[in-house]
Amino acid sequence: MAAVKIDNIRKVYAGNVEAVKGVSVDIPDGSFCVLVGPSGCGKSTLLRMVAGLETITSGECSIGGRVVNEVGPADRDIAMVFQNYALYPHMSVYDNMAYGLRNRKTPEVEIRARVAEAAKILAIEPFLQRSPRQLSGGQRQRVAMGRAIVRKPQVFLFDEPLSNLDAKLRVQMRVEIKRLQRALGVTSIYVTHDQVEAMTLSDQLVVMNGGQIEQVGVPTEIYRRPQTTFVAGFIGSPPMNMLKARLERGGVRIGGMVLPVLGLKPGQAEGSEVTVGLRPEDIVAFAASDQGHRMAVDFVEELGATRLLHGSFESQTVVVQVAGSQGFADGSQIGFSVPAEAVHVFDTGTGVRLN
Amino acid sequence: MVEDRRFGDFLAYVILTLGVLIVAFPLYITFVASTWDASTIINGQLPLYPGPYLLENYHRTLFVGTSSSTREPVFNMMFNSLVMALAIAFGKIFICILSAYAVVYYRFPLRMTAFWLIFVTLMLPVEVRIFPTFKVVADLGFLDTYHGLAVPLIASATGTLLFRQFFMTIPDELLEASKIDGAGAFRFFKDTVLPLSLTTIAALFVIQFIYGWNQYLWPLLITTKDSMQTIVIGIKKMIVTADALTEWQLAMTTAMLAMLPPVAVVVLMQRLFVKGLVDQEK
Repeated sequence: MAAVKIDNIRKVYAGNVEAVKGVSVDIPDGSFCVLVGPSGCGKSTLLRMVAGLETITSGECSIGGRVVNEVGPADRDIAMVFQNYALYPHMSVYDNMAYGLRNRKTPEVEIRARVAEAAKILAIEPFLQRSPRQLSGGQRQRVAMGRAIVRKPQVFLFDEPLSNLDAKLRVQMRVEIKRLQRALGVTSIYVTHDQVEAMTLSDQLVVMNGGQIEQVGVPTEIYRRPQTTFVAGFIGSPPMNMLKARLERGGVRIGGMVLPVLGLKPGQAEGSEVTVGLRPEDIVAFAASDQGHRMAVDFVEELGATRLLHGSFESQTVVVQVAGSQGFADGSQIGFSVPAEAVHVFDTGTGVRLN
Repeated sequence: MVEDRRFGDFLAYVILTLGVLIVAFPLYITFVASTWDASTIINGQLPLYPGPYLLENYHRTLFVGTSSSTREPVFNMMFNSLVMALAIAFGKIFICILSAYAVVYYRFPLRMTAFWLIFVTLMLPVEVRIFPTFKVVADLGFLDTYHGLAVPLIASATGTLLFRQFFMTIPDELLEASKIDGAGAFRFFKDTVLPLSLTTIAALFVIQFIYGWNQYLWPLLITTKDSMQTIVIGIKKMIVTADALTEWQLAMTTAMLAMLPPVAVVVLMQRLFVKGLVDQEK
């Protein structure tokens, strides 16, 4: 096991396309790091540079204290799980898992033991002699993970491993990956565009956008204190309400409503345009429209455990999440209030957090 | 679908049967002619049923040879043809799979230029460059040899193209997984690309074996000894136009024999062949 240090890495493709613009992350030994962002944000490229499948234009990548910029993928002591599994179609499951070990001249006795052990962990023992073609998507995914496990690498790299699975299986495999990583304690880097996967899996969450890191931290911190409007909008479902507001003494004004702001950074000019972020679940809704501020509900979205109230306040769209037990009707007027600690304020121009 | 299905089916069968008859009838006549003696055929009254000379004709053709023009037993000619066809087929597969592998998986300067140069040779079959090729082969002292027969026909753009198209359908992730699994360029080729290409190889083998077996102009030019001639040349030499009588029953027997190996290759490899051209499983 080893820590991974990514130091100011850049990737410039032919034609001067800069895919990764100077990224630094320290991934401690044994932790699960998730790189999340929209497609084209450079997260996959970054992972592939760690794997050695892409060259590093500038900067340094080290695994376990060893700089690996010039080391081939086979000698970096990493294992990778691909989105389309990349199993060798002409080999049996057993041979798929044994292939990397055979290439490293591991004795056949040990190969057998290691494959058996991995197969047991992943519950794929009955399929060892089958060919990948005869397996379902979930089983193939397990084999791909088995191929990574048998190598006992320093680092696991996952490139959107669950995106080819159906929704139910994805949830199940997500839990299994997490459990497996905990049990093996291997440093892992996981790329996904799904913010739920990112939140649930990660010890360390890296939100990327446009080839740069927007924010790094533990998932709860990123959720509670997003540092930019991008992070605020990307993490969380349903996404955060973003409202246009004006800075005032001791708070922000949205139309007729003034919300108090805690811990506003000094040096903000009063009257300047800001963006206020309010998570749908932080807004408290009342059936009585004379309580708190007043809002018209356009329609109610039923999710079972919760309900989403789509409404507008001061002609800006607002989504409020309420418990499923609370009854609200389409077209009704409701009252709402916002706790002070739930108010996120961002600079409208730069998108940077101001409180 | 055709609306009146029963009539449609009937029509299809009629057309199909007619087609089969048109193709099969000359073959049948060839077979019948190979079972009669010379005088029956010369009479111009060849029966439509097989005669009693089947074993005699085939034995004589294979192991004794005709009495005029070419006296080489056809067995030797078949052997020559077989060596040439196999050498061409395997040689082409070997060269093509390697050149396609290089073009697809390596990044080297002038890679696409190299590919296009190979591609352009499609426009230069042996018939077009026959004089320079003959000159080169003659200067190398390859006349009347097996390598003289096969080598100039081995390089092939078709095969390279076929393999290239197939390699491009192999997902990049397989190459990357191989790299991470510690397989170098040669291992990736041997362990992954080659097994996946089996059906493509089979398809190319069938096409190229028949191409090699049916060569006429090139063997005609570079073989002068009877012992080196191929069966296709043999048939031509048996049919004499001047002075002597053509031993038609032996010529027909040779024609029948000449058809057998290509038929055998197609029949035996049909399943792989069709698979290679149609569904390329990855």
